[in-house]
Amino acid sequence: MKKIVFAVAALALATTAAFADVIADRQAVMKENAKQVGTLVKMVKGEAPFDAAAVVAALTALNDNVQKIDVAASFPAGSDQGDTTASPKIWEDLAGFQAQVDKFKAVTAAAVASPAADVDALKTQVGTIGQTCGTCHEAFRVKKG
Amino acid sequence: MAVFRKLAVAALALGGAGAAIFWWLTVPERLAPDTLAALGTGDASRGQRIFDAGGCASCHAKPKSEGDARLQLVGGVELKTQFGTFVAPNISSDPNDGIGAWSLEDFANAMLKGVSREGQHLYPAFPYASYARMKPSDVADLYAFLKTLPAIEGRAPDHELAFPFNIRRGLGLWKQLYLSNEPVVAFAEGTPENVLHGRDLVEGAGHCGECHTPRSLAGGTEKGQWLTGARAAEGDGVVPNITPEGKDISGWSEGDIAGYLETGFTPEFDSVGGTMVEVQKNMARLTAADREAIAAYLKAIPPHPNGFPAQQPKPAG
Repeated sequence: MKKIVFAVAALALATTAAFADVIADRQAVMKENAKQVGTLVKMVKGEAPFDAAAVVAALTALNDNVQKIDVAASFPAGSDQGDTTASPKIWEDLAGFQAQVDKFKAVTAAAVASPAADVDALKTQVGTIGQTCGTCHEAFRVKKG
Repeated sequence: MAVFRKLAVAALALGGAGAAIFWWLTVPERLAPDTLAALGTGDASRGQRIFDAGGCASCHAKPKSEGDARLQLVGGVELKTQFGTFVAPNISSDPNDGIGAWSLEDFANAMLKGVSREGQHLYPAFPYASYARMKPSDVADLYAFLKTLPAIEGRAPDHELAFPFNIRRGLGLWKQLYLSNEPVVAFAEGTPENVLHGRDLVEGAGHCGECHTPRSLAGGTEKGQWLTGARAAEGDGVVPNITPEGKDISGWSEGDIAGYLETGFTPEFDSVGGTMVEVQKNMARLTAADREAIAAYLKAIPPHPNGFPAQQPKPAG
């Protein structure tokens, strides 16, 4: 009996530990996205001067990062447990979640293909990217206490 | 036997008195003449701002509406709560299915007193407990704007509520506890004008407290824990503490708050999420001065600890 309890506990520990890595990894991806988007938002808000080369660099880095998102690898079932804001809805509607990720990939790819050449165009571009972030976070992220 | 009869008479009398008191306490009360006089005539262009501040379209247009569809207020959005499911009604200018036949007074009684045109209590899922703090002239402006929107036929389904919440009359008691036009946060004289303007928007039309404040068992907001965050009314998760002590917002400047409401990005360039996504889209339609006023108010209110329980301890590992 003790052995079974131990085995179950060890398994639970092992799975949480495994997910801790997955969770840390996907949070790092999000942080990196935020960093690139931040470069763009600062220009839109007038906190930084418009810099066409920096726009291209940020969009490229963002897109490279986004294209690497792999739902199956980064969001295994059960990884809504632990220190994460991933909503259980991801696994209730995996197809819907995948569609959002695909849309995000399409949006960043399109942005890289025609990077904004002035601050007004950048405003529109950042607006589209931000809406994509928000739409997915609206449905699939949950704040915890 | 005589004793029994006396008891029965006493019980009936008491019961009758109780019923009479209940009846008297729960009479749907309408606006006083001086408030009606303060309504004025209303200005549709000013009313559009109130429409956005209140996010009327978020519940009264079809879900995920964009563009012109946002202005087709056919209703139908469901709000699933512990009391049952509330369904937002058609408030388009259709005279039969919407509120096209309502006078300004009818509308003001709904917004400020939670009373329908037919004189019944409305459920506070329609957040009149917040709207009650709006300026009457803002209500008139909103009425004028709604008049410019299209009439759309069709009725939303009825609310689905369990007993006793399906008895509208009982809401009279709820209103005794929770309906007031007094501001929640009292400021000293000489408080800057934009803080007071922010208070109008946050406590009134914006009805921020409806989600960001914990509720009592009776479903009223706990004014002592104003804007300290709460468990989400629908689904999992929490709505954050937005007093100066809230961990999400404590390090934000007024400019950060106003910028978040405009762009949907936090100062760390994380994006808005959850039900705030829809709210932020509406806030982005306000003027910069409105967003700055909201930020100034949020920085001026008393700090409080979180109004929701701490997260479960993290599992080991």
